[in-house]
Amino acid sequence: MTVAVSILPEQQLAVLNAAYRQAVARKRLRLLFGAVIFAAALFLAAIGAEVNLRTLFAHYGNFLSYFDRIFALDNGQRVWTDVGEWLWGWRKWLRMLGETLLISYVGTLIGATFAFALNFFAAENTSPSPWLRFTVRRLLEFARTVPGIVFALIFVIAFGLGPMAGVLAIAIHSTGALGKLFSEIVENADMKPVEGIRSTGASWLSCMRFAVVPQVTAGYASYALLRFEVNVREASVMGFVGAGGIGQELVVAIRKFYYSDVSAILLTIIVTVFVIDISTGWLRGRLFGRETRT
Amino acid sequence: MTGRQEIDTVALRARYPEMFDRPASARLAMPAMIVAAFAILVYGLVDLDFSPSRFFAGLNQLGWISLMMIPPDPGSSLPIYLKALGETLSIALLGTTLAAVFALPVSLLAARNVVPSSILRFPVRRFLDSIRGVDTLIWALVWINVVGLGPFAGVLAIAVSDFGAFGKLFSEAIEGADQKQVEGIRASGGSALHEIRFGLLPQVLPVIAGQVLYFIESNTRSATIIGIVGAGGIGLQLAEQIRVLEWQKVSFLILMILVAVAAIDFVSGKLRFAIIGRRAVA
Repeated sequence: MTVAVSILPEQQLAVLNAAYRQAVARKRLRLLFGAVIFAAALFLAAIGAEVNLRTLFAHYGNFLSYFDRIFALDNGQRVWTDVGEWLWGWRKWLRMLGETLLISYVGTLIGATFAFALNFFAAENTSPSPWLRFTVRRLLEFARTVPGIVFALIFVIAFGLGPMAGVLAIAIHSTGALGKLFSEIVENADMKPVEGIRSTGASWLSCMRFAVVPQVTAGYASYALLRFEVNVREASVMGFVGAGGIGQELVVAIRKFYYSDVSAILLTIIVTVFVIDISTGWLRGRLFGRETRT
Repeated sequence: MTGRQEIDTVALRARYPEMFDRPASARLAMPAMIVAAFAILVYGLVDLDFSPSRFFAGLNQLGWISLMMIPPDPGSSLPIYLKALGETLSIALLGTTLAAVFALPVSLLAARNVVPSSILRFPVRRFLDSIRGVDTLIWALVWINVVGLGPFAGVLAIAVSDFGAFGKLFSEAIEGADQKQVEGIRASGGSALHEIRFGLLPQVLPVIAGQVLYFIESNTRSATIIGIVGAGGIGLQLAEQIRVLEWQKVSFLILMILVAVAAIDFVSGKLRFAIIGRRAVA
C-alpha cells in the first residue's frame, strides 16, 4: 500500500516533538513524585506495623505447615481419607451455623426496618426539616462507622453473653449502612408523583406512602438482600467475642489447636457463604431482573 | 363523563389482562413472602433467647454505660493510643498495597478476555471465592499462629482477605475493558504480553487505583477491629478497655476511630478524584 503520509518539514516537526517530549516528561515527573511519596508512606507504615521480614521468612514454613496440619487427622492421615472422623461434630456445627444464619437474618430485618423508618428523614428531597436531616444523618454515620464487632463487645457486657448481643450489633450496623443506601435511592426517585399527591392536600406521611415508597421498594429489597450476604460473614465472627454463632466453635478450635476441627469448621463456613451468595443472587435475579444487580 | 369512564375501564381491562386479571398465584406471592419472612423472624427471636425482660434490662444497662462514657477522657494513655492509631493506619495501607500487588497478576488469570479457557479460569475463581468467604478476623487468628501476636499478623490478614476481593474486582475491571485496543496491538504484531501491557493495563489502571484507594478507606475500619483478636492496632486497646470497663477511655477511643476514618475518607476522596476524576468515572 502506498498511501502518502504527509511528513511535516523538519523545522515544524522539531517544535512539535519538543512539545510532546516536554508533556511526557512532565507526566513522568508527576508519576515519579507520586511514587516517591507512596514509597515513603509505605516505608513509614512498615516501621509502624513492625514488619519484620526475618520473622516472615523464618516462619513462612509455619504458614504452609499450618495448612498441612489443619488438613491432617490426629492419626496423621489426610482428612479426606476419613470424612466421618473429620466432620465428627457436624450436628453441633450445623446447629451453630443455623444460629449464625438466624442471627444475620434477624439482624438484617431489624436493621432494614429501622433504616426504612429513618431514611426519609435523611434524604435531601424528602426530609421535612434540615435539622432533622442533619441529626439522622450523623446518627446513621455513627452506626455505620463503628464496626459491628465493637458494638458486639459492648452489648455482650450490657445484654449478657449470647446471640442477642450479636443480633443487636448487626442490627445497628445494618441500620447505618442501609439507611445511607436507602436514602440515596430516595434521592434518585422521581419527585413528580410527590408533587401530584401533595397538590391533593395530602400530609407528608401520605406523600411518602403513596408517591415515594412504590418507586423505591425494589431497590430497598435488593440492598437488604446484599446486606444479608455481608451479615452472614459478619455473624460468623460474632462468636469471637461471645456474641453467638459458629465463631465460638472456631475460636476455640484455633486457640486450642484442634487442627482438623479448624479446617472442618472453615469448610462449613465457606460452603454456607457460597450457598447464601448463590441463592440470594438467584433471588435478586428473579425478583428484580438482571439490571438492578449491582 | 361517567359514560367515558365506563368504556375506559372495559377497554383497559381487555387491553391489559396481565394488570387486571392476574392469576391468584401472582397476587398471593407477595403476601405469602411477607408472612414467611415474619414467621422466620418470630422463630429467630424465640430461638435466639430474646425476651422482653432481658432486652429491657440490657437497655437499662446500656443507658448506664453510655452515661459513664461522658465525658470521653483518655486519662494518661493518649500517647499509647496515638501510637496504636498510627499502627492501625499502617496496617491498612500496607495490607491493601500488598494485596493489590499480588492480586493483579492473579486477576489476569481470572479474566475471561485474557484467559479464554474456562478450565484454567474456574479453579482460580473458586480459589479467590474461598479466600473471600473467610472473614478478615479469621485470617488474623491464623496469621497470629504463624508470626505471633502483633500488627504484622494484622498486615498479613488484611493482605490475604483483600487478595480475594481484589482478584475478583480487578478481573471484572479487566473484563469490562475495551477489546479494540488489544486487537490493535495484536494487529501491529505485538505479543500476548504486549497486548496486556499496552492494550489492557492503560485502560484498567485508573479503575484499579480507584478501587485500591477505596479499600484503603474501608480497611481502616477493618484494621480497627483485628486488634480484638490480638493482631495489633487500636482495636487491641479498645477491646482491653471494654473488658476492664473503663468507659471514658472507650468512648475516647471510639471518637478517635471516627475522626481517623473521616480523615482518611476525605483524603482518599480527593486522591480518587485526582486520579480518575478527569476521565469518565468508572
